[in-house]
Amino acid sequence: MLRAFQRTFFPAAWLGWQVESNWTDPLIFFVFSALKPIASVMILVFMFNAVSRSGTDPALYAYIYLGNALYIYVGAIMAGTSYSILDDRERYRALKYLYIAPISIPVYLLGRAMARFMTGTLAVGITIAAGIVFFKVPIHPMRANWPMFFAALALGVLCLAAMGIILGSITLTLRSEPWFLGESVASALYLFSGAIFPITLLPATLQPIGFLMPMTYWLELMRRALLGSGSASFPTLAAYSNASLFGILAALTLGFGLLAFILHRLFDRIARDKGMIDAQSNF
Amino acid sequence: MKPEFAIHTEHLGRIYKVRGNRREKRQLKERVALRDVNLQVPRGEFFGLLGPNGAGKTSLIKILVTLLAPTTGRALVAGHDVAKYPQSVRPLINMVSGGESSGYGLLTVRENLWLFAQFYGMDYRTTRTRIDELLEIVGLKDRANTKTSDLSTGLRQKMNIVRGFLTDPHVIFLDEPTLGLDVGASRDVRQFIRNWAAAKPERTVLLTTHYMAEADELCDRVAIINAGKVLDCDSPANLKRRLQREAIFHLEVSPLNGVVHGFEHLPGVRKFVHTPGDGKSELELILESDDAIGGVINTLTTHRARILNLQKREPTLEDVFVDLVGMSLAEAEKNG
Repeated sequence: MLRAFQRTFFPAAWLGWQVESNWTDPLIFFVFSALKPIASVMILVFMFNAVSRSGTDPALYAYIYLGNALYIYVGAIMAGTSYSILDDRERYRALKYLYIAPISIPVYLLGRAMARFMTGTLAVGITIAAGIVFFKVPIHPMRANWPMFFAALALGVLCLAAMGIILGSITLTLRSEPWFLGESVASALYLFSGAIFPITLLPATLQPIGFLMPMTYWLELMRRALLGSGSASFPTLAAYSNASLFGILAALTLGFGLLAFILHRLFDRIARDKGMIDAQSNF
Repeated sequence: MKPEFAIHTEHLGRIYKVRGNRREKRQLKERVALRDVNLQVPRGEFFGLLGPNGAGKTSLIKILVTLLAPTTGRALVAGHDVAKYPQSVRPLINMVSGGESSGYGLLTVRENLWLFAQFYGMDYRTTRTRIDELLEIVGLKDRANTKTSDLSTGLRQKMNIVRGFLTDPHVIFLDEPTLGLDVGASRDVRQFIRNWAAAKPERTVLLTTHYMAEADELCDRVAIINAGKVLDCDSPANLKRRLQREAIFHLEVSPLNGVVHGFEHLPGVRKFVHTPGDGKSELELILESDDAIGGVINTLTTHRARILNLQKREPTLEDVFVDLVGMSLAEAEKNG
């Protein structure tokens, strides 16, 4: 079983890395990887400065900046994993050959997610570093709780990959506009996960969505790990201890993992019934 | 114990549900791709599926390789039910489809092949040896480190062929493997497939094609399929032998002067196919005996049609198809 996992996961991760990074020469890849996230975060920085003319609240500023930087992982891993199904099916016309190979497609997608995680890490790292150096984001690497950061990161990445497998499995059965699913879910969750504002600012009827989303707890843990006591100025999850947040995130990760397994089987069957595994959409 | 049949289908059927256009209020319509297909392919056989585009060949292959669920009946590959136990079938099979540019364009030929070898759990040494051997055989050794996106269609298809055979499958499915290739590349691919099958007599090949000569040249047995139904199944020699008591003539005529409809009622004319061309028409006639050609010539002469060429020839699989379907393969494709 471990060997079956290895022979699927590692080649898939290698393939994913090649697909993500090998489309140009290393210099252009690095410039693109650095400029894209910094440009998007700069928009937010200037908006924040324009709105809060009376003076920047450093804690709120760091909250928004970090939320935005870390949300890159959501787009990269969750939306990216579902996108790789389309890439394989329609751009490389290789999905059918992957499907008839003796591999587990969810494990293959986990491997592709790993590559997305690596390119995402590059973008997140550059964005946070730029925040510290150029945009005066009050993050002090020496004071950060790195074990907590990496533990939360690992759980969050697993959870995002599970969500990506769910979206990828659904995407497989869509005949028209299949690319919209991953991107629109990632965009919608941007609102509900407390990435740029605390979810208590949402209308009361929408707040439960935020509390059901693992990203909410994941972002809180990541902020606490990097900002330390500074993150406590936001009351949304202040009542929860780190251990409670880890517990909730672990439970949601397990839940989404199981859901990914069940839904993959279901949508795999639907895709084979509909003849969608090697279909061509309007992608 | 190994199963007697590499491929076994029982009453296999497949219906696609197709959504209509706006005028049809987007109602779901049913399109029958396969109906009541019963095939038994023994281990070690080179089996062909011959039929026009849209006959159901690819749907059948897709079901057998676990990509598509059958609507009715069942199919076993290497003794395993493809719908119930796809994970038991997959390690034993592989597939090559023609007429497409599959593969990761940003990987080199060797990297593409290495990737799939890993998915099949092949060890490093075997992978390396087989890739080198197969690339040498198909003439791609010097392009092993070329990015796939830089290869021509023919070379890319050769890489695909290598990918399919690399894992040494018990049953290999070849879906129009020479589609879109030039004459030379097609010949190379056919030669490679023939040699592989000869070197591994216990392996089974299922080839779909709409090239009659390809089926005739390669296959031990051929099933002729049209509109989702298997019409006949036998060795190419036996299929053709059935027509040998008939006389088959090829005529080139100019001008035809509308005489073609008269042939239906001529005594001794069993089937005919008319192919209009530039300034002349071609006629393929299956006659009950040689004597019937006299009536055909008389009719043509009466209508002042000039016979440019008249040949009596041996039956081909194309004639078998005409005999079974009542039209040529090209006409069947046009009629969809």
